[in-house]
Amino acid sequence: MEDYIGFANLPNQVYRKAVKRGFDFTILVVGESGLGKSTLINSLFFTDIYSNEYPGPSQRIKKTVQVETSKVILRENGVNLTLTIVDTPGFGDAVDNSVCWQPVLNYVESKYEDYLHAESRVHRTTIVDTRVHCCLYFISPGHGLKPLDLEFMKKLHDKVNLIPLVAKADTMTPEECNQFKKTVLNEITQSKIRIYEFPDCDDEEENKHQKRIKERIPFAVVGSNVIVEANGKRVRGRKYPWGVVEVENMEHCDFVALRNIMIRTHLQDLKDVTNNIHYENYRCLKLGAVGKSGTTANKNPLAHMEEERKDHENKMKRMEREMEQVFDMKVKEKLNKLRESESELNRRSEQMRKTLDQQKRELYQKWKEFEKERTTFEVTNQDMDDTHRRLTLTLDMSPKEYFDGKDKKKEKKKGLF
Amino acid sequence: MADTLAETTHWGNLKTEVAGYVGIDTLQEQIRKKVLKRGFEFNIMVVGRSGLGKSTLINTLFKANVSLRSCSKSEEKVEIPKTTHVKSVSHVIEEKGVRLRLTVTDTPGFGDQINNDNCWLPVLDYINEQYENYLSEEQSVTRKKHIPDTRIHCCLYFISPTGHSLSPLDIEFMRRLDRCVNIVPVIAKADTLTIEERVGFKQRIKQDLANNGIRTYPMKELEEDPEETVTNNKIRELLPFAVVGSNQQYPNNGRTVYGRKTQWGLVEVENRSHCEFSDLRDMLIRTHMQDLVEVTRSVHYENFRQDRLASRRGRTQFNGQVIDMDSMNESSL
Repeated sequence: MEDYIGFANLPNQVYRKAVKRGFDFTILVVGESGLGKSTLINSLFFTDIYSNEYPGPSQRIKKTVQVETSKVILRENGVNLTLTIVDTPGFGDAVDNSVCWQPVLNYVESKYEDYLHAESRVHRTTIVDTRVHCCLYFISPGHGLKPLDLEFMKKLHDKVNLIPLVAKADTMTPEECNQFKKTVLNEITQSKIRIYEFPDCDDEEENKHQKRIKERIPFAVVGSNVIVEANGKRVRGRKYPWGVVEVENMEHCDFVALRNIMIRTHLQDLKDVTNNIHYENYRCLKLGAVGKSGTTANKNPLAHMEEERKDHENKMKRMEREMEQVFDMKVKEKLNKLRESESELNRRSEQMRKTLDQQKRELYQKWKEFEKERTTFEVTNQDMDDTHRRLTLTLDMSPKEYFDGKDKKKEKKKGLF
Repeated sequence: MADTLAETTHWGNLKTEVAGYVGIDTLQEQIRKKVLKRGFEFNIMVVGRSGLGKSTLINTLFKANVSLRSCSKSEEKVEIPKTTHVKSVSHVIEEKGVRLRLTVTDTPGFGDQINNDNCWLPVLDYINEQYENYLSEEQSVTRKKHIPDTRIHCCLYFISPTGHSLSPLDIEFMRRLDRCVNIVPVIAKADTLTIEERVGFKQRIKQDLANNGIRTYPMKELEEDPEETVTNNKIRELLPFAVVGSNQQYPNNGRTVYGRKTQWGLVEVENRSHCEFSDLRDMLIRTHMQDLVEVTRSVHYENFRQDRLASRRGRTQFNGQVIDMDSMNESSL
């Protein structure tokens, strides 16, 4: 019997599922125009995200800072990566750049906002992660950080993973480059800006290798998507009259270091840090703000639901009351009507009784009269009878005629009625 | 001989025959001696954002540590000031007996802030101040024999090598200052651009300059003869100069050259196929230095003087508008 249970296969399952689902990654590139942002993006992914048909933002004139996104789906060895590049043309280009970071900040926060809403929905099977996972900030080479650089980084370092890059590194000799990097790092630590720190790997070998790479932060990069001849080889680089800068040569620039550490080893970590730290910070701030103020900021989903429920209940109650009122009213009306009709009927019956009584009395009267008349009639009748007997004995009168005569009198009397 | 006194055009179109050696040609020598004794003055101003290599370029141009940065006492890194400052430092350099009093004016803090509105105002004020000083010296009752000339003869404007086109700040500055001073735009740190990028960049810059009506030195209107026009045209073709500065020397093919040594090659500053530093230097120092001084004196300064005096004479009308003293600090035209 084997001791092998089989859950060691779990990573493979996760891997396969992840591969099927595909990955998504959002990069934000910020920097003044002309620093080679578009070129670097093209170089990083070996593909023309910006090309002649769809020129990069630098080629287009803009008056205010815009935030533009481009989406590309890359495929390598069966793994799909949906890459979203967020570019910021116009950043730092104007004479007055006081709030040029505001659109960028708004964009980052709006993505967190969207995710927060998506998370709080009732049906949340498909959450699309559009949050910015990594921000590449391009520093113009010179003597040190400019005030604009410092301002921007201060505003964004706790909202997004900030990776500062030294742009156009072929401007500087190696000594100048090292000096500049030191100055930049100094200024960054002095201003208490937290840039993204690539965490260590578990593997010792890897760790050592990565340590060497990390010493080069901030990465001094050169970008190029053009293939030139150099020393008989064909490489990607920039051709000058005095030599060729090879983009992928570690001694010329740190492009390879950046690419390796960003894509090959720490892509997932960037996403995790965004999710666990930056997003959670944002969420805390937002929800905390609502709790403090107590007003219906409508940002807290639970409170929102509670409220909705209460609203609903209130509405129900109100409706109930209304209906009751209406019902009461109707009942009253009906009662009134009935009462009226009742009284009406009563009246009528009274009347009728009265008339009946009257009629009865009249009748009684009449009957009395009639009785009187009858008795008188009978009395007279007796006389007449007697006489009639005397007469009939003499005459042969049919009783019928005799009685008809009486009937006629009775009938006549009857006609009185 | 007597009846050859006819009209002469500007200089020597009509040659009058001279019987023997008069000695007019020694005038050259006399002037030379005088001028040599007096020495020359040249004031140059460098304007541009920090980190563009202004100080290095000036040092390279005059092959000496003449820039502000090299002369500043403090050893640690100079902080970026909060507003534009204007600072000058003067040196006297000598070459083959010719003395030159060189004043380099630097503008630290220009274009480095987040909000760069009106960062050119201190520069403009400084330039006008120099004109003002000269004017008051000129007009004083007891004039000095030789008024010290602190007027800015040339302003080197450094354009950042983005490769795209002029930035709004560049355009603003040049628009406002091209009437007061000779502006020579240069593309800084030209070793960032490949040759194709450089060509495209220059084209776009020239277009931007034309669109905004910016007059850079050398100016077409001031040309007096066709020879001048030809040289100036050549210069205008090359404008703005793509320069690289360095005052470090490296060995190359047996010679030592000024250059920047990188991992992929050596950028030679004086190599015409690498950058246009030599052309800039030639124009600035070897051929057009005196012309720069002349143009400043006869054109820019005169403009300033006219405006000044017209307004001083009891606030009278000038070009239909009353200009008062306070508004003189704006651009003079």
